[in-house]
Amino acid sequence: MDTNFNVIVIGGSAGSFQVVISILESLPANFQVPIVLCLHRPRHVREGFKEALNTKSKIMVVEPDDKESIKRGNVYLAPANFHLLLELNHTFALSTEEAVNFSRPAIDLTFETAAYAYGKKMLIIMLSGANSDGAKGMLKAYQKGAYTIVQDPTEAQINVMPESAIKLFKPHAVLSSKKISEFINALK
Amino acid sequence: MLLELDLRAIKAIMALVKAKHRYDFENYAMSSIKRRIERIIDLKKIETLDKLLHSLEFDLEFFDYFVREITVNTTEMFRDPAMWVVLNNEVIPNIKIINNLRIWHAGCSTGEEVFSMAILLQEAGLLEKSILYATDLNTNVLASAKKGELTIRNQELNTANYERFKGKGKLADYYTVQDGKMIMNKDLMTNITFKKHDLVLDKSFLKFDLIFCRNVLIYFNMQLQDDVIGKFNDSLFKGGWLILGTKETMAFTKSAKKFNAVSTSERIYQKTAI
Repeated sequence: MDTNFNVIVIGGSAGSFQVVISILESLPANFQVPIVLCLHRPRHVREGFKEALNTKSKIMVVEPDDKESIKRGNVYLAPANFHLLLELNHTFALSTEEAVNFSRPAIDLTFETAAYAYGKKMLIIMLSGANSDGAKGMLKAYQKGAYTIVQDPTEAQINVMPESAIKLFKPHAVLSSKKISEFINALK
Repeated sequence: MLLELDLRAIKAIMALVKAKHRYDFENYAMSSIKRRIERIIDLKKIETLDKLLHSLEFDLEFFDYFVREITVNTTEMFRDPAMWVVLNNEVIPNIKIINNLRIWHAGCSTGEEVFSMAILLQEAGLLEKSILYATDLNTNVLASAKKGELTIRNQELNTANYERFKGKGKLADYYTVQDGKMIMNKDLMTNITFKKHDLVLDKSFLKFDLIFCRNVLIYFNMQLQDDVIGKFNDSLFKGGWLILGTKETMAFTKSAKKFNAVSTSERIYQKTAI
């Protein structure tokens, strides 16, 4: 396995917040691989989510502006009421396109564009959630050679999202949240 | 997915569209344009790139549909209520002395934001002396905006946004419901001029006191954003105001130094130099 990833992209919905917190809490302040979080959130609540993550994360979590470069040492969170897309030149593009799977941000869009922009240089992780958003995007990333990890459905608070991904393909690893943190921490 | 497009295919599509139909999408943001074309390919079950190119060249009805599908037209009344509050409290007091207020909604889509602005101006007692220009490159959305008709689907969302903005009345005071549509009151529409204008190909056409262009630049690449912000700069009086979407920034453009950020969170800028 090539663990030399240029980006880590994580998708999650209901039941994923605690897992994201535990991952961010576990990472050192100087962790280098950029992390992109696409987590379902209420459309009209702009404040609070990023702040909540920042109380626990040693790496600063930011909601990127359109055209912002994806830089090492940062954690990016998809803002409320926008889709977060990744461009070939490793910048972000935001979009107000229609909701996909009733979601904006939609995980499918972030995963699908990340797959195209990063190919096999990406680690992609699917966490707990109550709908199937993200599964198709993750399949695309898998086909492009990304390394895929799905949270163990028996541990996930709500297993619909991890199960939807597993139904479409066989992920490289199915791990508990603790093991996911360990996996990321072992990366350079 | 029937057909995955690579960069070369997208370039070929855009070159054809530009040469044949005078629509320039070449500098649109790649990730979104790729996805939207692939969506059309799936919906219309188009099997090859050649077939797509052929339809784009010769089937005008298909081309019309193509433009509608690749341009994003989602919008809301009073989207981002916090922005409308800052506009009302910090910009309006500065512009209310101007006699013929000129406002441009660039990329107005189905008109939700220009109608929101008309309501705000009416509540501030300024609508009668204002002229609003609402432009878009898509004539379909422009035609529906001109009629003052909005989809009823967003009635609840629009109402909630207006309530968060804390307008003086009720949103329902400003429209009637007919045939499953929200129809804006005539008096709101009197001073709005709708006009086809392509931000990419057309020049600036007037000088304005205030320009709205929210969630349009996100579909452009950085070079095109730079050009368009330059056009806005040319189209504003000194001291004029520019409002972008909450995640759009002019920080990466050459014109940045000519503007002062009045509200960083709401992306409200004022032109300070010529």
